[in-house]
Amino acid sequence: MHNKMNLPWLFTMAWRDSRRNRSRLFLFVSSIILGIAALVAIYSFGNNLRQDIDNQAATLIGADLVVSTNKPLTPVIKKFLDSIGKGAMRSQQKNFASMIVFNSGTRLTQVRALEGNFPYYGKIETTPEKAGDDFRKEHFALVDKTLLLQFNAKIGDTIRVGKMIFKIAGILNKAPGQTGITASVAPVVYIPMQYLEQTGLMQKGSRINSIFYYQFDRPEYAEKLAKRIEPRIEQFDLDHDTIESQKRDTGRSFEDLTRFLSLVGFIALLLGCIGVASAVHIYIREKIATIAILRCLGVTGYQAFFIYLIQITGIGFLGSAGGAILGAFIQQVLPVVLKDLLPVAITVNISWTAIFQGIALGTIISLLFALLPLVSIRNISPLNTLRLSLEETRLFRDPVKWVVYLMIVLFIGIFSYIQLGEWREAVYFTLAVLTAFLVLTGVSWALVYLVRKFFPSSWSYLWRQGLANLFRPNNQTIILIVSIGLGTAFISTLLLVQDVLLDRVTLSASGNQPNMLLFDIQTNQKKEVSALIHTQGLPVLQEVPIITMRVEEVKGYTAADVRKDTTLDVSRRAFSSELRVTYRDSLTDSEKITEGKWFGNITPDGKIYVSLEEDYARRIKVSVGDNLVFNVQGALIPAIAGSIRQVDWNRIQTNFRVVFPAGVLEDAPQFHVILTRVPSVEVSARIQQAVVRRFPNISIIDLDLVLKVLDEILNKIGFVIRFMAAFSIITGLIVLIASVLISKYQRIQESVLLRTLGASRRQIIFITILEYFFLGALAAFTGILLSIAASWALAHFTFETDFIFKPMPVIILFCLVPALTVLIGVINSRGILNRPPLEVLRRDG
Amino acid sequence: METILNIQNLSKSYHSAGHTLHVLRAINFSVEEGSALAIVGPSGSGKTTLLGLCAGLDRASSGTIELNKIRIDQLSEDQRAQLRNQYVGFIFQNFQLLPTLTALENVMVPLELRGEKDIRKRTLSLLEKVGLADRVHHYPAQLSGGEQQRVALARAFSTGPKILFADEPTGNLDVETSAKVMKLIFDLNKEAGTTLILVTHDMELASKTQRIIRIKGGEIFSDEKTGSVANHGYA
Repeated sequence: MHNKMNLPWLFTMAWRDSRRNRSRLFLFVSSIILGIAALVAIYSFGNNLRQDIDNQAATLIGADLVVSTNKPLTPVIKKFLDSIGKGAMRSQQKNFASMIVFNSGTRLTQVRALEGNFPYYGKIETTPEKAGDDFRKEHFALVDKTLLLQFNAKIGDTIRVGKMIFKIAGILNKAPGQTGITASVAPVVYIPMQYLEQTGLMQKGSRINSIFYYQFDRPEYAEKLAKRIEPRIEQFDLDHDTIESQKRDTGRSFEDLTRFLSLVGFIALLLGCIGVASAVHIYIREKIATIAILRCLGVTGYQAFFIYLIQITGIGFLGSAGGAILGAFIQQVLPVVLKDLLPVAITVNISWTAIFQGIALGTIISLLFALLPLVSIRNISPLNTLRLSLEETRLFRDPVKWVVYLMIVLFIGIFSYIQLGEWREAVYFTLAVLTAFLVLTGVSWALVYLVRKFFPSSWSYLWRQGLANLFRPNNQTIILIVSIGLGTAFISTLLLVQDVLLDRVTLSASGNQPNMLLFDIQTNQKKEVSALIHTQGLPVLQEVPIITMRVEEVKGYTAADVRKDTTLDVSRRAFSSELRVTYRDSLTDSEKITEGKWFGNITPDGKIYVSLEEDYARRIKVSVGDNLVFNVQGALIPAIAGSIRQVDWNRIQTNFRVVFPAGVLEDAPQFHVILTRVPSVEVSARIQQAVVRRFPNISIIDLDLVLKVLDEILNKIGFVIRFMAAFSIITGLIVLIASVLISKYQRIQESVLLRTLGASRRQIIFITILEYFFLGALAAFTGILLSIAASWALAHFTFETDFIFKPMPVIILFCLVPALTVLIGVINSRGILNRPPLEVLRRDG
Repeated sequence: METILNIQNLSKSYHSAGHTLHVLRAINFSVEEGSALAIVGPSGSGKTTLLGLCAGLDRASSGTIELNKIRIDQLSEDQRAQLRNQYVGFIFQNFQLLPTLTALENVMVPLELRGEKDIRKRTLSLLEKVGLADRVHHYPAQLSGGEQQRVALARAFSTGPKILFADEPTGNLDVETSAKVMKLIFDLNKEAGTTLILVTHDMELASKTQRIIRIKGGEIFSDEKTGSVANHGYA
């Protein structure tokens, strides 16, 4: 007997059988094309980005070695920094935040005072081009283009930095390593270092970051040197960077970006795969007769299965290849979409690895999903040639199907693990996807069940027919609800999360909340500044002293003890950062004691009970009653953790990790913060001008401006996410169109029958509208409910903030989705209505 | 004469919606090689079910079926598929051609399944014999009903089957075409010495075979010889 796997014949049969179905088969895979395109575009982009970071890492840091510190430079450190620079080129830069006065306003900016020929690689991009070098020679400044736009300033105008006036020599387009986003957060102004002293901004206590750039004759020397000096770098608490470390760090952070984006693309692909599974399901149902004939002629169940497996694999491969080609085109657009997030210029080369990955992924995943209906082929009885098998329903309870389900879940889990790099996150992602699928499938089952059970027999015929279409044989109810629902859930989650993030920062916009913050006020300036604010008719809402200090000992152990003995129950992090602390005798209304007792004053026996913010206390592993020693600029102050506080960080006011009682720090070196509320942009400009003119060292944050900047940033990030989400949305639409087209033949027969019986065109359209309206509305409703749950979880667990539900965008979405579903349904069914009944009847005969 | 088909105590029932539906009960008969037999009966009497069971298209609830001395009730579905490919030919009321294959390809499929080589010539001559030499590259949808049934005939005889099952082979054809197709069936049968099992409503057609089994309510109502020698001569 020759009934073994005759592969060449199986291929021939797959080819022959596909002949009259190719356009339909292609329609099946059309839904995965966009998902694959998105992934190939992102993979290609990621590969190019990695290459570009490698090639451009030198221009990102602009030197072979960079050493930086935000502490004052002691003579020992200066000597050490000089010793590194022997025989090398060296530049120095000091960065600090300061108010800059333009002719038409003031703004807090990041001032960079530069000395030397930095950057040694790449350049400071300016207009005119020469300004990047020329500004160093005289009283010139380079000003970020966003600042010039904001204040309507131009080259040749002057700005004031502290006490000095500088002429704008050029527009700063891009500083080394800067991105569009960092430029909006902290716009930069470059001035020559030789005039820094004269600005009067270098006072004791100012937060200045000093950066030293080195260039060596042999660049590879930097890496060896960095290793050699590492112990001393650590000893002096300095930071350092080389081209290699920059490559690693930048590469890592952008890998996260491409991973996140590829997950978004993967969702589009999954959505498309449900489309494939559903389309193949209907295709196989229509092929039952053919398969039964083949079985009669002696084809075994597995041979029949392989014929269609080959067909679907082939078409899956073609669809994936189509997606990969489209992806290569989309990749050209990605650098434009992502430009504000990127520190390097991106090249757009074709990445064959990405194309190969995309084709392999698309073929495998479309096949996996198609296997669900395909495995049923094995059980199609030859008896179907004589009559439809009575035992047909048994086919769909095949245990092999569960194996396929398991393979799909495993595939999603493994793929998301590859993208996310962490099992826990991969499991969460897989569970979230599964939950969404299950909920939507459950809802569609429930709909079909309820419509059947409580069928409104008394309604008019058109309504009954519209409803009955939801559960007729070969209906598309489940597939449409799942795909439209998932698409809606995705878009709705984006809208809601964006609201949550924006809401987090817009709290100050209303009521009597402060919206302007003045800081770096010296003790001797405090009274005068308050008076100035009052003379402008504004309130001083809060006035807070701030003292910088470090933690010296926790529970009797120093940083050195903890380093030596890692088994100690003390966190190393407690010693690592500088603390900004205040003192007062009462709690503010944004604080609540959760443990211990609040002490507003030093106790009569001289004990100092401090209060710690709860997250900080947990991080450094300190509980009520533990002993602490603080180092306040050289003076050691012993204290006891008296209470743990819960702090509402969302309130716009100064909040602190550690609060001292009154009576301890009053004489310590300190600066002050004053909060006020300005009623308008004009008053804001006026008070800023007045303060900066008299007290150039004081910095002012206009919270309304911060909000505007944040809004801008969120819009930029939102644009990227929306761009990626568009793939899912369009995929959802393609699945919808494909589903409608696939069921078209069945609809032709139905509507021809209805028309033969005398139904008008309008009546048939009405039935179609009703059916799609039910599908679209229910899918949108379930999708929106899912998205509310997802947004709540994201707000609660990821962003740790309250979930604020704004109904408007969601209501608009709820109206839009069913409308679009009905529109597509009706447009695609139009062809059916235009056919004369006889044409179809004759063809059937 | 050897027995090609032997049915003993054959029953078939279906379970549906909590009820058991007995379609066939205790059927016994045997068929000699090279003979022609008609199974007749009203709609719903169980004749098509009986044909399906005899040809190994379905499983019986109880009883035994021996086809060419092989107990097909004990074979797996795939083994039965192989058996069909080797010994059995089919003709259906609605022709059952593969719509995506040309007439030639439809006839070639059973031979290709056997892994036979150089089949094109044989297939073409078979199609010529049924009068379709000029339609070999047409798809079923491009052929008339009579032509489609003739392709089905060529396909049924392509492997030289020992037994041919025909389910209402003229049920979808007009009188004139029916006569032509039946003549062709009997002629080809005569030439190849194949056993013919014919399921039909048409008593006139049944009377051309040598024996008629009447089925009623799932049981054999009568089993009579016709006196016809028709297997080897359709008038």
